[in-house]
Amino acid sequence: MEQNPPKAGLTQEDTPIHCALEEQRINRLAHFDVPGHKGGRGNKELKRFLGDTCLQLDMNSMKPLDNLCHPVSVIKEAQELTAQAFGADEAFFIVNGTTAAVQAMIMSVCKAGDKLIMPRNVHRSAINALVVCGAQPVYVNPGVNRSLGIPLGMSIADVKKAMDENPDAKAILVNNPTYYGICSDLRKIVQLAHERGMYVLVDEAHGTHFYFHEALPVSAMEAGADMAAVSMHKTGGSLTQSSVLLTKNSVNGDYVRQIINLTQTTSGSYLLLSSLDIARKNLSINGRGMFEKTMQFASYARNEINKLGGYYAFGEELVDGDAVYAFDTTKLSVHTRDIGLAGIEVYDLLRDEYGIQIEFGDIGNILAIISAGDRNLEIERLISALSEIKRLYQKDRAGLFDHEYINPTIAMGPQQAFYGKKKMVPIEKSEGGICGEFVMCYPPGIPILAPGEKITKDILAYIAYAKEKGCFMTGTQDMKIENINIVEVE
Amino acid sequence: MELWYTDQHTKNVRFSMKVKEQLATCESEFQRIDILQTEEFGKVLVLDGELMITQKDEFIYHEMITHVPMAVHPNAKNVLVIGAGDGGTIRELIKYDNIERIDMVEIDKKVTDMCMEYFKETACGLSDRRVHMYFEEELRYVRQQHDKYDLIIVDCADPYGPAEGLFTKEFYGTCFKALHEDGILINQHESPYYSEHSRTVQKAHSHIQAVFPYSTVYQCHIPSYPSGHWLFGFASKVYDPIRDLKEEQWNELGIDTRYYNTNLHKGSFYLPNYVMKLLKMQ
Repeated sequence: MEQNPPKAGLTQEDTPIHCALEEQRINRLAHFDVPGHKGGRGNKELKRFLGDTCLQLDMNSMKPLDNLCHPVSVIKEAQELTAQAFGADEAFFIVNGTTAAVQAMIMSVCKAGDKLIMPRNVHRSAINALVVCGAQPVYVNPGVNRSLGIPLGMSIADVKKAMDENPDAKAILVNNPTYYGICSDLRKIVQLAHERGMYVLVDEAHGTHFYFHEALPVSAMEAGADMAAVSMHKTGGSLTQSSVLLTKNSVNGDYVRQIINLTQTTSGSYLLLSSLDIARKNLSINGRGMFEKTMQFASYARNEINKLGGYYAFGEELVDGDAVYAFDTTKLSVHTRDIGLAGIEVYDLLRDEYGIQIEFGDIGNILAIISAGDRNLEIERLISALSEIKRLYQKDRAGLFDHEYINPTIAMGPQQAFYGKKKMVPIEKSEGGICGEFVMCYPPGIPILAPGEKITKDILAYIAYAKEKGCFMTGTQDMKIENINIVEVE
Repeated sequence: MELWYTDQHTKNVRFSMKVKEQLATCESEFQRIDILQTEEFGKVLVLDGELMITQKDEFIYHEMITHVPMAVHPNAKNVLVIGAGDGGTIRELIKYDNIERIDMVEIDKKVTDMCMEYFKETACGLSDRRVHMYFEEELRYVRQQHDKYDLIIVDCADPYGPAEGLFTKEFYGTCFKALHEDGILINQHESPYYSEHSRTVQKAHSHIQAVFPYSTVYQCHIPSYPSGHWLFGFASKVYDPIRDLKEEQWNELGIDTRYYNTNLHKGSFYLPNYVMKLLKMQ
């Protein structure tokens, strides 16, 4: 189908929301609308902290600025330019985080009782959507790299099996890439799904850059997927919490907008919206160069870290044409277990001892996000700090939990478990029960336990170890994660 | 017409000098480099608008950053100098015959090129046969060295530009690794006076202290630098800067200096109360 072209005369150099906002600021309107801080005059301390311009631009929807719930002018134009830049038919600006984009994607194609095929190592937002809408997950166990202890992508044989066993499934959800930068064979998955009349939904929270450099793995839109949730704020340069939902004409865009409006705010922040607008322009014009530089930085850091010995900064050598179909070389993931330290311990040392904040540390690995905003200096600091941590803190690796990713056993649907009758029990006494809530380390925010899953001895050992090593655990009602809700089964 | 160059000492304090002429200017990969001829301070090297050295008072800085450690460890043979693109530190070091090798690592070759052409008073020692120049990222160079140097001198700009990484704990740690078991690390340690900079002084000191068994600071007076009151860090694995001062041995070398002497050496380690408090030495 034809892509909806941007309004005549508009090019990727244009930033309609940004320009409209700037015009309203210069017009110096007398504001008798919200926000009540009125350009910061009503909250001087906040104005001093964030700056005059920032507060003056924090305006509400009005005719010249369009309306996010029902875009007809500048937001519509900015979304059309975004769709063009990403090779989509339509683009929707999201201000509730990529979480909202993932949920809108799932709820646009699944209703209560519908089946959705997905890998288990999805972000919590995907399973949350199932809790809300009542769709049933059909999990494809991801491949596992045993020596690194990380979940991979889905193998084509497993995907095909799940599709053949569940021909009534409405859609398949794919991570492109996973948090660790690993991609499944998206083109093949699209082909298999479309042959069976299933939609392909892609969580591209960590894949914005795929659209702007040919050496990176294929993007969802290019692979022919139907929808993609793209976290512009992660590697695309917009403000935190801003995101984009991309669709092809195979889904009804007007219905998607209604689904988004079920949960999205009616007071979309123009700071976030203009950041999406300007980030899209920057990506279109400078994206290739930015990501070229990012790849060079990441590749240099990988080589240098591997020269230190003990650490393993993994890369494209993991590619096996199946569960690791492609690797995102901008990701800097480092396996730390051979220096006798858990990833989370290295993560804490980097911050507390060296003033370096990285994205996350799990049991066996750390992940550093490299972007066009980095400089040689920071890259060298990270490498030197890792060298020092090895020199000063290296331990015998004996005694380290030889963790690997655990595939869960599903006892009931997430919605049934979450809303079912539950009782709270001490976590160590919960073995054999059916979990009624989430347990996860954040980041990465991939559930260790999701509602409806069986609590096993292995999982409890993993949770205890993650807590001992200092992972930030979330998800349960009990803020201390000492008690857990299990489903009361009659 | 009057032409004035202003160095912004803090957000609220400026220091200006009358300029005769601009001798050279260029934009390198890392920064803008200017060399000015001034009325009072002679030639002045300016990086990204900030004053680095003046012909009139650079001797104070360069003598204090070199002769203090050399009088404690006169047998130093292998020396690493970080930064120091103007060459002043090396001009002082080559006065010692027993030094066999001086490695200099400077990120910006342009600074050295410009000084060799327009600031020969400081750059004159760079052609000494013992000097080996490496133009690369300093952290990267030091990270790759192990048990190699007797003395490391960190002669860098302030930590708000390309030299930022040279005030970090990981950098001091890699220096420790690159030093012999009796090695000394000297670093340019900023001024304690203005509150804008005193946190840097405090942080750098606590980072070095976490890495080296002996760690203190010493002071001198450099008129063209912010507040004029300047600190250097002295960190070592075994030597105490006063107890292990080889006073006689150093004086016998007969090295010609305009600022440094062995009495001043001892005195420079006695600090004002507010500085001791800042560095938590009390």
